[in-house]
Amino acid sequence: MRHLLTASMPRDEAIGLLDLAEDMHQIQDRELKKLPALRGRTVVNLFFEDSTRTRSSFEIAGKWLSADVINVSGKGSSVSKGESLRDTGLTIAAMGVDGVVVRSGASGAPALLADWIGRPVVNAGDGTHEHPTQALLDAFALRRRIHGGAARGKALDGVRVAIVGDIAHSRVARSNALLLPALGAEVTLVGPPPLLPPAAADGSRLGVRAEPSLDRVIDERPDALMLLRVQLERQAGKVAPSAAEYITGWSLTDERLARLGDAHLLHPGPMNRGLELSSRAADSDRSAILEQVTAGVSVRMAVLYSLLASDHPSAELGGAR
Amino acid sequence: MTQRAGARTVLGPDEIGRALTRIAHEILEANHGADDLVLLGIPTRGVHLAQRLADRLADITGIGFADRVGALDVTMHRDDLRGRPTRAPQPTRVPAAGVDDRVVVLVDDVLYSGRTIRAALDALADLGRPRVVRLAALVDRGHRELPIRADFVGKNLPSARSEHVRILLDEVDGADAVTIEDGAA
Amino acid sequence: MTTLLTGAAVLGGEPRDLAIEGDALVDPSAIDRDRAEVIDASGLIALPGLVDLHAHLRQPGGEQAETVASGVRAAAAGGFTCVFAMANTNPVADTPAVVEQVHRLGLEAGLATVRPIGAVTVGLAGERLADMTMLARSAARVTVFSDDGHCVHDAELMRRALEHAAALDAVVAQHAQDPALTRGAVMHEGPLSAELGLGGWPSVAEASIVARDAMLAELAGARLHVCHVSTAETVEVVRAAKARGVRITAEVAPHHLLLTEDLVRSYDARFKVNPPLRTDADVRALREALADGTIDIVATDHAPHAPEAKLTAFADAAFGMVGLETALSVVQMAMVETGLMDWAGVARAMSTTPAAIGREPGYDAPLEVGASAHVVLVDPAARAVVEERHLRGRSANSPYLGRELPGRVLHVWHAGRRTLADGRIVTEEVGR
Ligand SMILES: [Zn+2]
Repeated sequence: MRHLLTASMPRDEAIGLLDLAEDMHQIQDRELKKLPALRGRTVVNLFFEDSTRTRSSFEIAGKWLSADVINVSGKGSSVSKGESLRDTGLTIAAMGVDGVVVRSGASGAPALLADWIGRPVVNAGDGTHEHPTQALLDAFALRRRIHGGAARGKALDGVRVAIVGDIAHSRVARSNALLLPALGAEVTLVGPPPLLPPAAADGSRLGVRAEPSLDRVIDERPDALMLLRVQLERQAGKVAPSAAEYITGWSLTDERLARLGDAHLLHPGPMNRGLELSSRAADSDRSAILEQVTAGVSVRMAVLYSLLASDHPSAELGGAR
Repeated sequence: MTQRAGARTVLGPDEIGRALTRIAHEILEANHGADDLVLLGIPTRGVHLAQRLADRLADITGIGFADRVGALDVTMHRDDLRGRPTRAPQPTRVPAAGVDDRVVVLVDDVLYSGRTIRAALDALADLGRPRVVRLAALVDRGHRELPIRADFVGKNLPSARSEHVRILLDEVDGADAVTIEDGAA
Repeated sequence: MTTLLTGAAVLGGEPRDLAIEGDALVDPSAIDRDRAEVIDASGLIALPGLVDLHAHLRQPGGEQAETVASGVRAAAAGGFTCVFAMANTNPVADTPAVVEQVHRLGLEAGLATVRPIGAVTVGLAGERLADMTMLARSAARVTVFSDDGHCVHDAELMRRALEHAAALDAVVAQHAQDPALTRGAVMHEGPLSAELGLGGWPSVAEASIVARDAMLAELAGARLHVCHVSTAETVEVVRAAKARGVRITAEVAPHHLLLTEDLVRSYDARFKVNPPLRTDADVRALREALADGTIDIVATDHAPHAPEAKLTAFADAAFGMVGLETALSVVQMAMVETGLMDWAGVARAMSTTPAAIGREPGYDAPLEVGASAHVVLVDPAARAVVEERHLRGRSANSPYLGRELPGRVLHVWHAGRRTLADGRIVTEEVGR
């Protein structure tokens, strides 16, 4: 059984998926955006947590591959009425679905479902753990920015990427910190000290560089800046700074944008203009934010195709489980 | 060079070259000239054959064919995806002018069951609406499973199902040859 | 009725005979051998009945996970003859009525002595002291007080609880966990929790509470017991407090002697426990501390849960693992087979000392003539993969399922009555 549970994967496999996404990307320019590869397959989007963007992106990806896509919301369903995660998974598997896309507020929920239900599982974001398709689409958009039309087969060797925001609670940061270095990029995590991974995390697989000062990182002229969505209200008062303090230290303001040079700007969305970055930054030609959205569909088509097209897939997608 | 021991060569480099030249002439004849012609090769070897045909057509007509040749991947349209290991698709490249109202010649190395061509016709339909679609194959080995035939054939090569027909091309394999070997080997 | 055990390695020493008559051990040379039931104990280790100072028997209120009756079956299967039942039941054991109910259920169940633990604060809410004196003077004669599952975090409350305990010759058993440092914590805090995206439980949240409590115990002149020490930092704090003369004792749970946080990689909630599984370095420190006496005892923290409480996402699952049936095997593996402890040491850490801390009589002269006949015979050479059928309690949330453990408890006598024979529970009805 093949699953996509983590963005931690060998370089070759990551490049292969990005190349496949390039093939899928081609059809976005067509009038008829439909491939028959998953005809007769049924994919369930099992979302225990609301996310219209991610769910829609998977839904379009599935439909463009001709799969039947069914959305099951965890909210308000039996799931929130105390049915165990395992029962929910087994119920859905019993309906004869071919693959399950899972979004959950609980870290590890997709991994457990993968063990329990005997169907390919795609992690569409789990708690504060990972969001592998987001990292793949970030890498895809960045690779296109850097290599243009000749991106196929290429990695991100030597590309310096700074990820800015609430690193400690971000599944996007975590997946990118696993995937981008596998592609040869140098990643720096930037944020207020309480929102950086605990000091104890040095030496983990997330052992990339952490740096509290955005200004110092900007002075190093990174090739790309990824600004994470900040939800200050979540940790209000305890570990998060005030909005004013955040803007002072970690927002991509017009002044910082001017100093940044020609770095590419990424944001997983939805953006808080004025908080994570200024409107000028968001709308500048350095911004790859809309390209990321388009890339999301292509990358998710590539993932669904890899996991579901064949009944005899050869290897695990993604490295360690 | 990857020709295997035990394989018999049925076409050598010269014969392959002559067959392609003949096909190029036949294409022009059937089309009454080069107008609206587009060549789409089916990966992997069909793409190289399409390029060779385009070079010949350019030589014969004196017209540039660089923007009239492309590649048409059929992976996504195959009807055997479930039963085989995951296939990686190859790029599709369509000439900038597109395929609408063109005379599209699909180019493949071997015509066998016809299923690849069926998939190619589906893939082509997703790209647009050609005026005419024709099929050129270097080798036709028979055993059709669908009502499909080639308009231009390099060589008819009756073969048993158990035999393996292999097309080797310089661009991919380091030399040109068509070989046949016993499947039991 | 006389039972003669021949050739047992008593406390792991030279083989000799033991004789049980009535509820006491008697001189084997003075019995009528022809009328005695003889059990060949050659190759077996004889230990005193084990005493668990920390078990959750779940009754009242949690009967779908465990009852007193099912809990003592698990206890007997594991070689325990006395179990202290934690107070976090529903209703909480904060009134004489509840502790007396648990006490009575224990008498009805037989198989082992059940000693109810009283709550420190009403409803374990950490706001108001329970009537500790009334609990101590009840028929259940409570000698151990604990809010286990919750930390008595308010320093003033903890100080007053210790003062009461000192007057009652009781002990306060603290679940040391600073709640502010462990919000949302479900596993050890470190590189792995950062990688897995699970809330981290930092070691300092345990050690800092133990340090404070040691100072409060010294101030109150009271006995403090530290539940389930899980970190190397806490070991250092306990060691320093003992050196200073504080009346502090400490326990370690079997799982903290053997298992590490790496198991959490699977997100399998069987490995979710509080305090959490920690690092290899912590396991080593805990083993050494148990060997050198810094940690006094092993207590199971047996925490049964119904399956649905564990068949869910790690963060949503219940904390705790069952441990009564496997405790001795784990200690054999972690301490005896590593050469850190001999069987006499095991008897001290799992019987004599926990009984002394809990003021349970009958365990101060293990296996000596005249002592209460709490006897366990263990086959140390047996090895088996733990399966659900080995678990005799009502729940199967064991972290050892599928893992091979050494040693097998074969026979148990509780006050002279056979409770386990050839590994099978002896279910005859007992009188009051
Ligand atoms: Zn506890």
